[in-house]
Amino acid sequence: MSTTAAPVTIDTARPGVPLGRLVKLELRKMFDTRSGFWLMMSIAIVALIATVSVILVQAFADDPNVSYETFGGAVGFPMAVILPVIAILSVTSEWSQRTGLITFTLTPHRGSVILSKAIAAIIVGVVSMIVAMAIGAIGNLIGSGATGEPLVWDIGVDDFLLILFGNVLGLLIGFMLGVLVRNSAAAIVAYFVYSFVLPTIFEVLSQLMDWFSDLRPWIDFNFAQGQLFDAPVSGEEWAQIGTSGIIWFVIPLLIGVRAVLRSEVK
Amino acid sequence: MITVDRLTRTYGGYRAVDDVSFTCRPGAVTGFLGPNGAGKSTTMRIIAGLTPATSGTALVGGVNYLDIPNPGTQIGVLLDASAQHAGRTGREILALSAITMGLPMSRVDEMLKLVSLTPAESKRRVKNYSLGMRQRLGIANALLGDPRILILDEPANGLDPAGIHWMRSLLRDYANRGGTVLLSSHLLHEIEVIADEIIVIGQGKIVAQGTKEELLKTAGTFVKAGDASALANALTAAGLATTPSGDGGLRTEADPATVGKAAAAAGVALVELRPAEGAGLEEMFLELTSSTQREGASS
Repeated sequence: MSTTAAPVTIDTARPGVPLGRLVKLELRKMFDTRSGFWLMMSIAIVALIATVSVILVQAFADDPNVSYETFGGAVGFPMAVILPVIAILSVTSEWSQRTGLITFTLTPHRGSVILSKAIAAIIVGVVSMIVAMAIGAIGNLIGSGATGEPLVWDIGVDDFLLILFGNVLGLLIGFMLGVLVRNSAAAIVAYFVYSFVLPTIFEVLSQLMDWFSDLRPWIDFNFAQGQLFDAPVSGEEWAQIGTSGIIWFVIPLLIGVRAVLRSEVK
Repeated sequence: MITVDRLTRTYGGYRAVDDVSFTCRPGAVTGFLGPNGAGKSTTMRIIAGLTPATSGTALVGGVNYLDIPNPGTQIGVLLDASAQHAGRTGREILALSAITMGLPMSRVDEMLKLVSLTPAESKRRVKNYSLGMRQRLGIANALLGDPRILILDEPANGLDPAGIHWMRSLLRDYANRGGTVLLSSHLLHEIEVIADEIIVIGQGKIVAQGTKEELLKTAGTFVKAGDASALANALTAAGLATTPSGDGGLRTEADPATVGKAAAAAGVALVELRPAEGAGLEEMFLELTSSTQREGASS
């Protein structure tokens, strides 16, 4: 309440809200509630539990045959579930908790809000994967040290980048469903239908029809993504990720963003 | 300065806001009065760019809300004090807004102090807040960026009488310093206490607007006697038309002196005799309310 006699006009030359500030804001929103904080913590906690489990198996099994890939797999699988949920909630809470009423009055350009949420979610995804894989690496060191088994590092940088890409893609699918559905519970259910029910339907269809099993890699996004975790990925496989991704990711995302830009915020 | 011009918003065939035009000028508190569901909130959401208008325009300082850079620092908006993430602390909610606007965190403490939320209260999660505390937090959030224009939807809802008094002086000060305020309420009393100019809306349409003095201007006389029927007969005999007006009293267009003489001539002892202050607005508002509320079937 410092200014006194300023005329009541709108200053249209004032700098707007920069994207960097919005990304910082969105990152903070992911941690500043108890549920958000523990969802983030669950990434490290689940990675730790998975790593300890692998070490225990290694210690008690007759023929452990454990390598870094074992740890990577154990740590990575829960990420595929947690990361999309984080991305979904970062979008849907604006509607479910109605905080959008403030968010979109302070930043009326909704596209910027959605973009900053996507960037924040990707940052969280990449950092989480690095933390999780680091926990797995420590597990690998401890495991082989304790059992005297040879230390095997069989995930190269290329493999790691593919795994990272795969998980970020999973996170973005969650994000897309959040934007499309804009309701926390419904979007999470949609994510599980999307990643578990749809692939089963495609599987059944391809078993029933030969022509469909040839077509499947091009239109089944989940199937195409699976190829990322099985390096090396061929040019044709990348093309399949592209075509199925357009159908199951790009188009629904565009529909969702369009709806967000036009819908009424209540 | 807020300029709403021939604003209409329809939902299917339902006209939530129907050809609404008004202006809020700097230096005044404009009260937006209407029963629940009259279209107040929809109008305010359209001004703040959250709801697209079907037709017409709503401009703030001559521009569309969407064209205001960093709007929080130029126009403060409180649309629903309950629309908060229940898991965040009050302080955190202000901190998030301060980050968006690029303000220092010291501003958050200033605002908490201004709305009388103690440091201990500000660290509690909003789910533990009373409605009154949420309103104070929402007002702090609207004032955070030191805007020159305020839009507040039902800000007095949930405040106790002392809180309403506090808000009146806060907004009075704000307007005296040249600020523009648009606030809504479904309670005539709140608007009477806080606003300088009043816009009355019902079923999406504006039914009256003007300064508080104009709308609350004396409109005849309120008179009440121990024996109501004797009084009615006396006034009718004196050629004064009357209408019943709550509490067993009567309202008439004549001035108090004439009414008093008529009653004295007929020997009717009066209990009350006064100018019927605000009765016009009150009755209009009751009529509006009754036509949109279930209890109103009788009228």
